[in-house]
Amino acid sequence: MNFDFSDDEKMVQEQVHRYLNDNCNFSVFRSVLEGNEPYAEKVWQGLAEMGVQGTAVPAEFGGVEAGYLTLCLAAKEMGAHLAPVPFSTSVYLFAEALTRYGSQEQKEKWLPMIASGQLKGTIAVSETVEEARPDNITATFGDGRLNGTKLVVPQGMVADVAVVIARKGDALTLVLAELDGVGRTSIEMVDPTMATATLSFDNTVAEELGGCAGDTKDGWSALADIYNRAAVLFAFEQIGGAEKALDMAVAYAKERFAFGRPIGSFQALKHMMADMYVALKLAESNCYYAAWALQNDADDLAVAAAAARVSATQAFQLCARDNIQVHGGMGFTWEFDCHLYYRRSNYLTLVLGGLATWEDKLIAALPADAA
Amino acid sequence: MDFSDTIEEAAFREQVRAWISANAPEYLYEPLSTSGFGSTRTGDYDPLTEAKKWQKKKADAGWACIQWPKEYGGRGATPIQSVIWNQEEGVYGSLSRTFIIGQGMCAPTMMAYASEEQKQRYLPKLASGEEVWCQLFSEPHGGSDLAGLRTRAEKDGDDWVINGQKIWTSGAHYSDYGILITRTDPEVPKHKGLTMFFLDMRSEGVDIVPIKQANGDSGFNEVYFDNVRIPDAQRLGEVGEGWKVSLTTLMNERLAIGGSIATGFPEIKALVDELRIASGSAIEDPAVRSRLADWYAKSAGLKNTASRAISALSKGETPGPENSIGKLVAGGMMQDIAKFALDLQGLPGAIMDPEIASGSARLQAMLMRSPAVRIEGGTDQILRNIISERVLGLPEDMRADKGLPFNKIPTGN
Repeated sequence: MNFDFSDDEKMVQEQVHRYLNDNCNFSVFRSVLEGNEPYAEKVWQGLAEMGVQGTAVPAEFGGVEAGYLTLCLAAKEMGAHLAPVPFSTSVYLFAEALTRYGSQEQKEKWLPMIASGQLKGTIAVSETVEEARPDNITATFGDGRLNGTKLVVPQGMVADVAVVIARKGDALTLVLAELDGVGRTSIEMVDPTMATATLSFDNTVAEELGGCAGDTKDGWSALADIYNRAAVLFAFEQIGGAEKALDMAVAYAKERFAFGRPIGSFQALKHMMADMYVALKLAESNCYYAAWALQNDADDLAVAAAAARVSATQAFQLCARDNIQVHGGMGFTWEFDCHLYYRRSNYLTLVLGGLATWEDKLIAALPADAA
Repeated sequence: MDFSDTIEEAAFREQVRAWISANAPEYLYEPLSTSGFGSTRTGDYDPLTEAKKWQKKKADAGWACIQWPKEYGGRGATPIQSVIWNQEEGVYGSLSRTFIIGQGMCAPTMMAYASEEQKQRYLPKLASGEEVWCQLFSEPHGGSDLAGLRTRAEKDGDDWVINGQKIWTSGAHYSDYGILITRTDPEVPKHKGLTMFFLDMRSEGVDIVPIKQANGDSGFNEVYFDNVRIPDAQRLGEVGEGWKVSLTTLMNERLAIGGSIATGFPEIKALVDELRIASGSAIEDPAVRSRLADWYAKSAGLKNTASRAISALSKGETPGPENSIGKLVAGGMMQDIAKFALDLQGLPGAIMDPEIASGSARLQAMLMRSPAVRIEGGTDQILRNIISERVLGLPEDMRADKGLPFNKIPTGN
């Protein structure tokens, strides 16, 4: 048995880690957070030069074709460094939608531009303040035109192109639309670095994804499949962030003195951090398995992805939250970096549907004899 | 990543499988596979006799304690071969529960500190189950604070004379030998005045009294020592070095890998699949689904963590500290699951008679046994200390007894 990443895969992770360490510190995040730029364009370009956006994109479509295991480790670094770039929407969502449901022609046209970082993509789903469901999607597609409003689109302010779920007659389908000329309104979010927008489509030119055209695949189940795959990659971002938040807490607890001793010597805090570690390790191990399932398109991918997603969400929320607690009052200042992880953890929890949604998906996917 | 065996591992597994299918006591399969928590059911057969029979059969064919050197009754196998053996032995492995402490904890200590002659004499019979060993560590005043133990050993000629009391000794009543940690010098700081021995459990002055546990069972004992004499030749390690020797024992608590760690998940899943509650089918209830998903994710996390440890062993590496989380997660989870499961059934959930309600009786047994899981072999709190100090590198708690001679440490009375 070899339940570990290969040296090649770890080497790519190390390269991404080093690049982000040198070029994407908290001041870069803060610059985007405080609205100086919509995303860290220099970092995006730097990643593109290394081919990171094309990690899992097949070579015939201009990618590196290094596989999903490698992409998972790159995602972990993106999460650890809170990279404020439209990576997740472009790579885990837009590129995955194309890879799974694009026609050959659509893949040839769009994937190379994603892989090269030339283009930024996203996916547009939610239309109301309630979690998206088949019955609250009202955008329509017909005669090559898209109409309707998508309320919360991550990276909607910066994306060049989007996959959009829309109604075609009675059915739901996935269409692709360029966002040039589409109405965009920035909306305030818990993590402002996600450049989230409301998009208004008004007779926008669009085309159906080949795999969904002609009623071959219902748009909602296609979306669920894309989300299952993206869940694994987001889970890696989450454990990357969780690990960093735990590291911050431990480092601070060792150096901060109160009552004449390092606060890390108090059991109340030690046990809190031990619990953070436990949550992280459980999530990490589930992520490893889900990475394998993603790479091999395993039969139990749905269960593996949901288990990774549930435990990674729990781990990142716990670590980000209790990192603030360990820091005490200073942890609640804008100046300290704790809130950066707290913001990101809460955003990532919701990005593909909340924890309860993934708990429900997990139980629905469990085989009868699950143990 | 690749979950399949290497060619060598597959060949070894095939060999193990063939031997087990030809030799395992199949008549025990049914009771063993429905055993409850911490118990080994053998139906109409006597558990100790059956455990010894299976162990001897394995030993005669070279399948006992396979990681031990051949000259001490083992097979000289690698750690990954040992994991494969455990996986293939499956439910029959639970018969070996009787020998876990002796083989898993006493034996490594004997290997490290006993004379060659003693190793030749004792280890093969420990491997074959012909002789059973126990570990005499915990005391009424030395549990989590093990080094606070008070059982005295005083030198008298070539012997040591032992007086005091041990507690929570598993299997003392059917053990032939035991390793014993004692205080030989109360005037130095507590970790420095300890010395380790091994002794014949039938020595004069040893009195064994079973403990009736909170759940009604009796798996542990109190052991009293009244002027028990142990020859100096049975001392393990130097006088005053007992703490160091005990760490060898404690570090060798078997890695809970290869087998699966009980969490209660299959039991709760089976229950809610069938159960109806006020809102309809329990498995359709959102609150139930939420809890179930959390427990599945934890249970899968433990299984996948164990796989990582096996993978490290397979590559000849030492598994990382993440394995220390197993009991901490499983113990609390088992207790939560049992409580939740019974709660779903209302008052009938409290039925302990398996003839009337087999499902809830099993969960009741789990509920009543789980407090012990959270205490034995390191309490939840001690495990969190270990994780925070040894894994995260956080500083030790301030200790009120640091540097004090043992007999000057405050005792509260």
